[in-house]
Amino acid sequence: MSIPFYVAPEQLVRDKAEFARKGIARGRSIVAVDYAEGLLLLAENPSTALHKISEVYDRIAFAGVGKYNEFETLRKAGIRQADLMGYLYSRDDVTAMGLATAFAQTLGMIFTRDPKPFEVEILLAEISEDGSEHRLFRVTYDGTLFDERKYVAIGGKAEQLMEALDDLWSEDMTLEQAFNAGVEAFSRAEGREPEGWEVAVLDGGNGRRSFRRLSADEIGTS
Amino acid sequence: MIERPLGPLPLDAPVPGSSFTDLLESLGASPQITIPPGTQVPAVPEGTTVLALRYDGGVVMAGDRRATEGHLVAHRRIRKVFPADRFSAVAIAGVAGLAMDMVKLFQVELEHYEKIEGLRLSLEGKASFLARMVRSQLPMAVQGLVVVPLFAGYDERETRGRVYTYDVVGGRYEETEFGSTGSGSGLAKAYLRTAYEDDLGPEDATAIAVNALVAASTEDTATGGPDLKRGILPNVVRIDPDGLLELDDETIFPFAETAVETIR
Repeated sequence: MSIPFYVAPEQLVRDKAEFARKGIARGRSIVAVDYAEGLLLLAENPSTALHKISEVYDRIAFAGVGKYNEFETLRKAGIRQADLMGYLYSRDDVTAMGLATAFAQTLGMIFTRDPKPFEVEILLAEISEDGSEHRLFRVTYDGTLFDERKYVAIGGKAEQLMEALDDLWSEDMTLEQAFNAGVEAFSRAEGREPEGWEVAVLDGGNGRRSFRRLSADEIGTS
Repeated sequence: MIERPLGPLPLDAPVPGSSFTDLLESLGASPQITIPPGTQVPAVPEGTTVLALRYDGGVVMAGDRRATEGHLVAHRRIRKVFPADRFSAVAIAGVAGLAMDMVKLFQVELEHYEKIEGLRLSLEGKASFLARMVRSQLPMAVQGLVVVPLFAGYDERETRGRVYTYDVVGGRYEETEFGSTGSGSGLAKAYLRTAYEDDLGPEDATAIAVNALVAASTEDTATGGPDLKRGILPNVVRIDPDGLLELDDETIFPFAETAVETIR
């Protein structure tokens, strides 16, 4: 019988965190920017078929960076949870806070129990019914939950993007201004030409289902 | 009973596929119930006449507002025409409580599929799924608790409006011109048969739909005619390439007024 090597828990957690961070850093980042009527989600994404941003519920959107199959699993689980809650209780009982907590618990559990942590970072965005109040939640690979304001970035270049947005963001921007701020933040953080955008908004003017996908051209003309 | 879904998310789908109905079933939360044969079923509110007709570039669906319980009027402002998603609508006749539950589940089902898959179901796919929901209701139907929907929508692939009728066993029939279900459907169809023309415009189609409901209400006591004084007007939705539009009361009022004056 072989005796397993003893590994100190500190070491184990450090190794797992480093592994997850490396995985996330390989992928492209996403930003969410608050503007006057809603929230803009902007991802650098060369694919038009594989989405990183998605609708979860009436006023809630999801974005994920890192390993596609892992955040896709989380996205689907989130939609199932949201639709189930909304069907069993009321559509008003589905909140980004509730979902973010569930994502945090899930990721935290995977991080401690599973041999390999998820190499993902998750963003949940929510607007109030009239579009005036906005909420942003960020969940990291180890299940840490952050409540953010105004703008947030996830992914490998998150820190640089946040720094750039610190400088670029202002109150009550139009959608176009928010989009331009996001693009500018990417160009400062990445220092190279973007490889295509995936754009979506949660906009109070869109009716019950406030999520809309947009193309970069549409924003210039709207 | 289902546990309140809190805490970590179950990452593995309990059932394969993207169906919300199947998900509910796997969790034991399906609204499906069965009652032992021979049970005395109490009188429950029943919805009556709904109809849909095709016009050039879309489809219009309308329903009266009455629900009856035996020979009494149970509700006079019930809603029987519902948006199913952006390009389709469903109307109900039969036991109102069960039918409204079916509509609610159908709406969530379509939206759930769309979000999970990133694509809307085809109109044909939606109609088939509704047929399956009606069939699962069969044990209740044989005991007298019948639910028969009417489904209509704009087919984005074939670029035309389509209408489907159903029977209690989940039989699905596509109608070439119009469809109607509920107690006053015979009378409504008799009117539609003479008034319907090919390539109608949306306004004419709406007028014909409201007229047909009024025609049904003149002889069928279970169908409620428009009550202009109390502001009880039929529900009307129109679906065209731009999506579904629910007509508001101000828009419907003149149609109802004309119908009450012209239908003898």
